[in-house]
Amino acid sequence: MTKNIMIVGVGGQGTLLASRILGNTVINEGYDVKVSEVHGMSQRGGSVVTYVKYGKKVYSPIVDKGEADIILAFEMLEASRALPFLKKGGIMIANTQQIDPMPVITGAAKYPEDIEGKLKEKVNLISLDASELALKAGNIKAVNVVLIGVMAKSTDIPYEKWVETIKTTVPEKFLEINLKAFDLGYNL
Amino acid sequence: MKKLMLGNQAVARGAYEAGVTVVSSYPGTPSTEITENIVKYDEIYVEWAPNEKVAAEVAIGASIAGARSMSCMKHVGMNVMADPMFTVSYIGTNGGLVFCVADDPGMHSSQNEQDSRHYARAAKLTMLEPSDSRECKEFTKKAYEISEKYDIPVIVRLSTRVSHSQGLVEECERENVELKPYEKNIAKNVMMPANAKKRHVDVEDRNNALKEFAENTSLNQVEINSEEIGVITSGISYMYAKEALGDRVSYLKLGMVYPLPDKLLKDFAKKHKKVYVIEELDPIFEEYCKSLGIEVIGKEKFTMLGEYTPSMIKKAVFDEDEAESVNADFDIPVRPPVMCAGCPHRATFYVLKKLGLTVSGDIGCYTLGAVAPLASVDTTICMGASVSAAHGMAKARGEEFNKKLVAVVGDSTFIHSGITGLIDIVYNKGNNTVIILDNSITGMTGHQDNPTTGFTIRKQPTKQVDLELLAKAVGIDRVVIADPFDVKNFEKVVKAEVEAEEPSVIIAQRPCALLKTVNYTGHCEISDKCKNCKMCMKLGCPAITATQDGVKIDPNQCNGCGLCINVCPFGAINKA
Repeated sequence: MTKNIMIVGVGGQGTLLASRILGNTVINEGYDVKVSEVHGMSQRGGSVVTYVKYGKKVYSPIVDKGEADIILAFEMLEASRALPFLKKGGIMIANTQQIDPMPVITGAAKYPEDIEGKLKEKVNLISLDASELALKAGNIKAVNVVLIGVMAKSTDIPYEKWVETIKTTVPEKFLEINLKAFDLGYNL
Repeated sequence: MKKLMLGNQAVARGAYEAGVTVVSSYPGTPSTEITENIVKYDEIYVEWAPNEKVAAEVAIGASIAGARSMSCMKHVGMNVMADPMFTVSYIGTNGGLVFCVADDPGMHSSQNEQDSRHYARAAKLTMLEPSDSRECKEFTKKAYEISEKYDIPVIVRLSTRVSHSQGLVEECERENVELKPYEKNIAKNVMMPANAKKRHVDVEDRNNALKEFAENTSLNQVEINSEEIGVITSGISYMYAKEALGDRVSYLKLGMVYPLPDKLLKDFAKKHKKVYVIEELDPIFEEYCKSLGIEVIGKEKFTMLGEYTPSMIKKAVFDEDEAESVNADFDIPVRPPVMCAGCPHRATFYVLKKLGLTVSGDIGCYTLGAVAPLASVDTTICMGASVSAAHGMAKARGEEFNKKLVAVVGDSTFIHSGITGLIDIVYNKGNNTVIILDNSITGMTGHQDNPTTGFTIRKQPTKQVDLELLAKAVGIDRVVIADPFDVKNFEKVVKAEVEAEEPSVIIAQRPCALLKTVNYTGHCEISDKCKNCKMCMKLGCPAITATQDGVKIDPNQCNGCGLCINVCPFGAINKA
């Protein structure tokens, strides 16, 4: 069976690094892997979606509605936007951070209230303040690795394998912070 | 060992393994990372050219001189390089020549959704279409073999999902390809009527030979699983179809999408009761099949718009619904892309909007100047069009209109094709005001160097085009350099230049906030002097939000650029 993971967030939040860590970890486990990324205009603060699929043989690089085993959301509004992609019984991991999109900033739309509560009623939600944990690890930018840590716990790939990939994916000078961030997420 | 690679990265690897020695491109999403990955290979000469036409011509020159060469572009870039492409089709190749073009179905980052396959037929060039990263590498290598064997430039067509998906690729050694000897050959390389007439005969013969090749090449693959349903497809659509329909149908996967194999198509169709053509964008295979008298189901079931998905294919072929899903039962506001916090363009558009000017826009991050609340840009057509279209607008509506009109064009875009429009303005006695948004980099495609940055693609220092001198050299006497963040002065400058009785260029100079050399520190804070006038809200900065308790600045979003401090009429914003 192919495992489908979706990473959603706001352009600039570091979703690409998260998908690379995930992708590289699963190939080391001997799976076929496809990772679909978004570059260009959407990266300028728009909604961004990355798909990671792995299994014996993967054809399509994208995930359809109702087929994501795990959704890793970097932001609450993006979590709700991705909701229809979650498989029945799938896990939604969401960072409780809220980033107002331009229509909310200009007053043309309202940021929905209590998304966390509403999602909890519908799906299996693990929510956390990943920014706080990233700060605890030493840098707010490590939010992506905190979230990868939380997700790693929901897979059957052992802790050490993830650490191995982080060591080869992250620049040396940020390694210590990122390993700490991963650990904080993993042991949530 | 297998490595996870982007499709674009795999094309670069293919070029490396094929012994390519010269690559020239202009950046454009989703093609940019091909050339960026070529940089990894010291054996290859690589450059960013000022535009796609120049890039293609550099590659053509290298091919004539005997080297395996490449030029990469996005779909609209192919329009820019179409002129040399149509004629190099007649010249053919000496060293293998490959053009890589990346289409953008769904328009993730483009101004149109054109289907580049039309070009292969129009220019009579062979076109290959890989469907994943592994094929990106293999097909690129194959393209060089075909190019040299058949004396033809070959196009490798990609799409966003192939370019920007990572898949597993096995790396091989680089083939050592010697430079082919260069011999003067006027009949082949000088395309004037007498020579071109003879070469056109060769082009048609070559096309017939390649049609034969298409019948037997392993680039096209038949997979028979059913007598009921056959699917003719290519590229990413094959991957979607395969996931959606699995072994329940047969496939004719076309890896070579031009010229098409008549016999193979007919034989495949004959073996099935029903044949579907699954192709994103235009009905090119479908119409070709119909021209051969093959009955197929195509665009009556599949849209010409946007990207496909496995579930829509399953629905169209088997009428099976997509997986069960949960919907949010509340409104979810859209999140369109915005200019980053600290973006220099924000200040420019703030002033243009304040002055109520008509803005002839262009292609780059600053196209986002059309988005609310700035909503300043009036038109966006293609690279460079801001300058020439403004000239046309002024000629159509006269001087009074022109006094409320400016063109805005990025530094890289100005060099790409804005300069020719500026020459037109000077030559034909126009009186436009052109604002060059000089942010010291090619922004939208992810920070590529260009002739105005002073560095090559390999970060070697080089001569830097001086935009001020360039504008003066073509005959613009009024050239003003101004920092848009000095809002008051910038407004004064724009007012003076649109009023002037001669053409002028304003160079709005401030670097992209994402550049490593830009070090804004701290963040801005609103003090109790705030009268809630919401002037700062007009900037459309992602860090500033109006709440019930007044305007707030999010310290995590704010990078301390200080633009809001400059627009606040009450001095109520400070740097924390």
